[in-house]
Amino acid sequence: MTGLRHLLSVRDLDRATAIRILDVAEDMADVATRAVPKLPTLRGRTVANLFFEDSTRTRLSFESAAKRLGADVTTFSAKGSSVSKGESLKDTAQTVAAMGVDAVVLRHGASGAARVLADSGWIEAGVVNAGDGTHEHPTQALLDAYTMRKRQLGDLSRGAGLDGLRVTIVGDILHSRVARSNVWLLETLGATVHLVAPRTLLPAGVGSWPVTASSDLDAAIDDGPDVLMMLRIQSERMHAAFFPHEREYARQWGLSDERFGRLGPDTMVLHPGPMNRGLEISATAADSDASVILDQVTNGVSIRMAVLFLMLSGGAEAAA
Amino acid sequence: MTTYLITGATLLDGTSTDLLIADGVVAERGSGLSASGATRIDASGLQALPGLVDLHTHLREPGFEQSETVLTGSRAAAAGGFTAVHAMANTSPVQDTAGVVEQVASLGAQHGYVTVRPVGAVTAGLAGERLSEIGAMAQSRAAVRVFSDDGKCVHDALLMRRALEYVAGFGGVIAQHAQEPRLTEGAQMHEGPVSAELGLGGWPAVAEEAVIARDVLLAEAAGARLHVCHVSTAGSVDVVRWAKARGIQVTAEVTPHHLLLTDEFARGYDARFKVNPPLRRDEDVQALRDGLADGTIDIVATDHAPHPRESKEVAWQEASFGMVGLESALSVVQQAVVDDGRLGWADIARVLSRVPAEIGLLAGYDAPFEVGSPAHVALYDPAARSVFTADRLRGMSGNSPYLGVELPGRVIATFHGGVPTVLDGELRPEEEVARG
Repeated sequence: MTGLRHLLSVRDLDRATAIRILDVAEDMADVATRAVPKLPTLRGRTVANLFFEDSTRTRLSFESAAKRLGADVTTFSAKGSSVSKGESLKDTAQTVAAMGVDAVVLRHGASGAARVLADSGWIEAGVVNAGDGTHEHPTQALLDAYTMRKRQLGDLSRGAGLDGLRVTIVGDILHSRVARSNVWLLETLGATVHLVAPRTLLPAGVGSWPVTASSDLDAAIDDGPDVLMMLRIQSERMHAAFFPHEREYARQWGLSDERFGRLGPDTMVLHPGPMNRGLEISATAADSDASVILDQVTNGVSIRMAVLFLMLSGGAEAAA
Repeated sequence: MTTYLITGATLLDGTSTDLLIADGVVAERGSGLSASGATRIDASGLQALPGLVDLHTHLREPGFEQSETVLTGSRAAAAGGFTAVHAMANTSPVQDTAGVVEQVASLGAQHGYVTVRPVGAVTAGLAGERLSEIGAMAQSRAAVRVFSDDGKCVHDALLMRRALEYVAGFGGVIAQHAQEPRLTEGAQMHEGPVSAELGLGGWPAVAEEAVIARDVLLAEAAGARLHVCHVSTAGSVDVVRWAKARGIQVTAEVTPHHLLLTDEFARGYDARFKVNPPLRRDEDVQALRDGLADGTIDIVATDHAPHPRESKEVAWQEASFGMVGLESALSVVQQAVVDDGRLGWADIARVLSRVPAEIGLLAGYDAPFEVGSPAHVALYDPAARSVFTADRLRGMSGNSPYLGVELPGRVIATFHGGVPTVLDGELRPEEEVARG
């Protein structure tokens, strides 16, 4: 298969491409176990992280990924930069590109920003969407899928999808790019998705998505899902009347100790982070053996290495 | 003033005729006319239309001259077959005093391409707090009759009630931009499956319908006229139909883009399709077409909204709302409702000229092509077909959703009070059209 030109949306990935990314990430994960956890594959290439929105973890993850492949990394973050002086996406991207970059990793507060940049013709570099508004976060969904596959299939992961896996995602679906990317990628990989949220936080039009949806977390847990993914809730949402206050949210939709106790023995718990311990997820649940939250972080670097590799190395096989 | 002899034009009833335009009026009408010294225009195959009247245009001057000016907007209008435009009040300073409306009207008159009728703001500064000096604007040389806070909704029920009553006393009409602000905070596009997928804030249909429902009842209670700007939903059409059946004095407009485009066009995040009210579902488009055909919707109005490049070449939620539409209006309307037989050219003359003039209390458009009537005439070639490109735009801004789209029809000539503003498909020079 040819390399990736851009990674803007998981909906641009067919099943074969998605599985290939997960499999290349397996190779990259092996690199991390070496004494010198680096590959020279992208030496001489430059990756620019353009982060218009604050994000320490995703930014560090992409930086690590690029460096482990031997690429040079330059990071632009919005605070204290020309963006706060009103410089546009177009000008920022062109300025960075004029310094010579092979790929731009973009995180931006506007849905569609990565698509606008990729389609604009303003720069020639490939674009990786590191989160655009409330639209998508493709590498998050990929690392979530990788994590689920690894926990489920272990050494039999390579070449496999997530067929038959039952995934329940809980939280502010309406404002979540993580939820959107997961819904579409999980469908592509053959999993079944159920969404749980207060009705105010389910998007209008969710009826046309390939999911089931409800507001009852207890019933969803009694259904025995294989995966429970908890999303972060932002307290700002109560000011826009999406729910009355945090305590009610935690009571109705939080993964409390009681609910955690009713999960099946093999159910895994995911969270994209950062967590509000005691709000959407209890400390016990977060720190349990069922939790793969730290694996998600580790796997994030492998996935991002895989994506950068497929975008910038012309699709050649990774050196073993 | 030069005399023009237009030969072989098709009238609204489909018959062919000659028209002699002299001294600003239709001097003669018949077949085989001749006039020495007249410039002849062969109009065989061309549809004669009364000069179009836009009840909803944004000319941006004063204050936003980087987007459009009265001159460039007037030229764009003439290129689209218009001879009169109502210039909305969201300028800077706002058109909320006699001084500003007189300035805008006088600029239009000087440039001469179209009759510019300034719309007066309902509330001072468009702030939605207190009434603007409606009486002063009505009695000014601009003779304002249409009042609107367009861009913003007069959402306070008491203020809307008072405004309806007060304006009625001056023989005017309130044109409401129906958008409940609390239901549309952060709204970017129609609320529905597409917005859910794209992660863009939704603008629910009910935010428009609920305001119209309230306003028609307020108009009924006040015994006043109400005009509803840019109706965009099937539910809104239903509310207006119900209100008319009840005898409420309400009129409604629809834009050309709401007759043709849907929210699917937002999928590439191309901000040329970002507009307020937003593009909606196919069911809404069909209901608007039906409403225009059965008279529930009285007129087509362009809501021509120019914006500079830098405010559209950005991520969707950073972009301004609006599309230019004066130059493309007739072609889009032809594509949407004429070519499929829903409306004929006589209907087009009604919805794009006679009735907008009636609503705006603009004289001179009630008896087009009658001898003695002001010569506001457009000659249009319905058989032309071409790809709409940027060089068809005559205003200052290029934010058109139709670039690259094949559309029917072309304006060949426009006469504003007997003065040609467009001939052979091209604008006449400023020096020639200017009336000092």
